[in-house]
Order: sequence, then C-alpha cells, then structure tokens
Amino acid sequence: MLLREVLSTLDAELICGEDLLETEVHAACGSDMMSDVLAYVKNQAVLITGLLNQQAIRTAAMMDMVCVVFVRGKRPDETIIECAKESGIAVMCSSHRMFTACGLLYKAGLNGGMSVK
Amino acid sequence: MSENTLHYHFVVSGDDFTQAGTASSAVKKTLKQLGFDPRIVRKMAISLYEGEINMVIHGGGGEIDVFIDAEQIAAVLTDHGPGIPDIDLAMQEGWSTASEQVRGLGFGAGMGLPNMKKYADELLIDSEVGKGTTVRLTVFLSGK
Ligand SMILES: Nc1ncnc2c1ncn2[C@@H]1O[C@H](COP(=O)(O)OP(=O)(O)O)[C@@H](O)[C@H]1O
Ligand SMILES: [Mg+2]
Repeated sequence: MLLREVLSTLDAELICGEDLLETEVHAACGSDMMSDVLAYVKNQAVLITGLLNQQAIRTAAMMDMVCVVFVRGKRPDETIIECAKESGIAVMCSSHRMFTACGLLYKAGLNGGMSVK
Repeated sequence: MSENTLHYHFVVSGDDFTQAGTASSAVKKTLKQLGFDPRIVRKMAISLYEGEINMVIHGGGGEIDVFIDAEQIAAVLTDHGPGIPDIDLAMQEGWSTASEQVRGLGFGAGMGLPNMKKYADELLIDSEVGKGTTVRLTVFLSGK
C-alpha cells in the first residue's frame, strides 16, 4: 500500500514528509523498545511506536524505514520533526493505541516483513 | 595507519540524551555518500548506533573514531565511565543495568551488545572498572 493509505487507514495526521506519501510500503513494525526494532533487519518501512523522541526517528532511519507513526495521540515537538526532515522520514500521528493501529494496518494489507541480509 | 585511510572523529555528550545517535547518523550518511553497499552501511550504522547509545546511557559520553580503508570500516568508541565488571554477563541477551528512566527512552532492554555482535563482523571490548570502556567494531568490506 501507499503511505497515503497508511495515513487514511489510521485516521492519522501527517506532520512531515508530504513528498513521501506516494511511496509504496509492504511491511511494518510496532515497538516502544528501539533495540528490538534494531535486532532484526526486515524489509519493514513503517515504525509504529509510542516512544516520542528523536531516537525513534533515528532508529527508523538506521533501518532504512520511511515512516514513523506515533500512536496514542502523541505529538512530536520541533526537534523531533527537524530530525525526521533531516533523515527523510515521514511522520504521522494517530490517536489509536498501538494494538489497534497495528491491527488496522495488518487488516489493510501490511505484514510483519521478511528478513533481508 | 595507511595514507589511504579516512578518519572521522566525533565527541559524544553524556549529558544530552536527545543528541544520542547523531554521530551514528552522520556516519551512516557519509558511508552512503561514499557509495558503500547498503548492507555494509546498515551493519556499521546499527552496531555503531547501539554503541553510541551505550556510551551515553552507561559510559557518561566519550569519543568515536571511524576509520575507513580498502579492507574495512572500523569504529572505536572510547568512554571514561564506570566500565563493565563482567563482559560475558553484559553480552547476554536481556541483561541490563539500565534504569527505568532509560527504558522509558526506548533503550535498556539488554539487547545492545548482542545486536552489536550480530551486525558487526568483529566486536572487541576492553573495559576496566572505574576507568572506562573501549569498544571496537569492524565491518569487513569483502563480506565475511
Ligand atoms: N560503555 C559502557 N560502559 C559501562 N557499562 C556498559 C557499557 N556498555 C554496556 N554496559 C553494560 O552492559 C550492559 C548490557 O549492555 P546492552 O546489551 O547494550 O544492554 P542495555 O544497554 O540495554 O542495558 C549494560 O546494561 C551495562 O551494564
Ligand atoms: Mg545498550
């Protein structure tokens, strides 16, 4: 699906990364613990997290992801948005909780990803 | 060190967690610009990122030196923090002395060192209690 559809599926608000909305994504990862995200390289492109800091953005960037979704209505501050823009990461905010956000995206066709070397 | 070695130096603050990871992000960007294979870039970026986070949350900050030559990319992380009393124990998945506060920042699950071992081709740790820790991460360009 396209990032644009991730946005609509989650009733999310786009904070930055308008230019990335036509990017095709296939897999996502949901976690608040960044080392867990870093533990397995998969072809996930979207990070769904309740962790609201710059490290969530940097973690996504390290994994070559393209989008971070902050759940539970959390809103990033300017420093986080700046970090995302520098890293080429789209940021969305959704009022859904983690479980619901992941479930909605899974139902809409995203999967957990396949390991890549 | 050969004259064909590139060297990058970074100072990592131990007081400002918001900045943790900036050195690794800069290294990742540089490696990309130098045209390295994305898999090589990711191996170095992820292991260095975990190492940099450890310097900040456990080591009180320090310095990172990255050396690139025709054979390898090596990163040396040096801090003057409390040191690691038992490295074998520290290497175990899930083992952590991180505070609740650090966990709230998304780290401290005891997966950092295991991740570094997994992604780097070589991980060397030299630590002395009360003196500090030096971590050396190497990724070989030939692929190991
Ligand atoms: N640079 C360091 N200085 C002091 N102690 C460290 C350092 N790096 C790691 N450690 C110790 O090793 C443990 C395991 O590290 P790690 O696997 O990265 O897990 P975590 O950082 O999540 O605790 C840490 O909890 C800490 O006790
Ligand atoms: Mg760690």
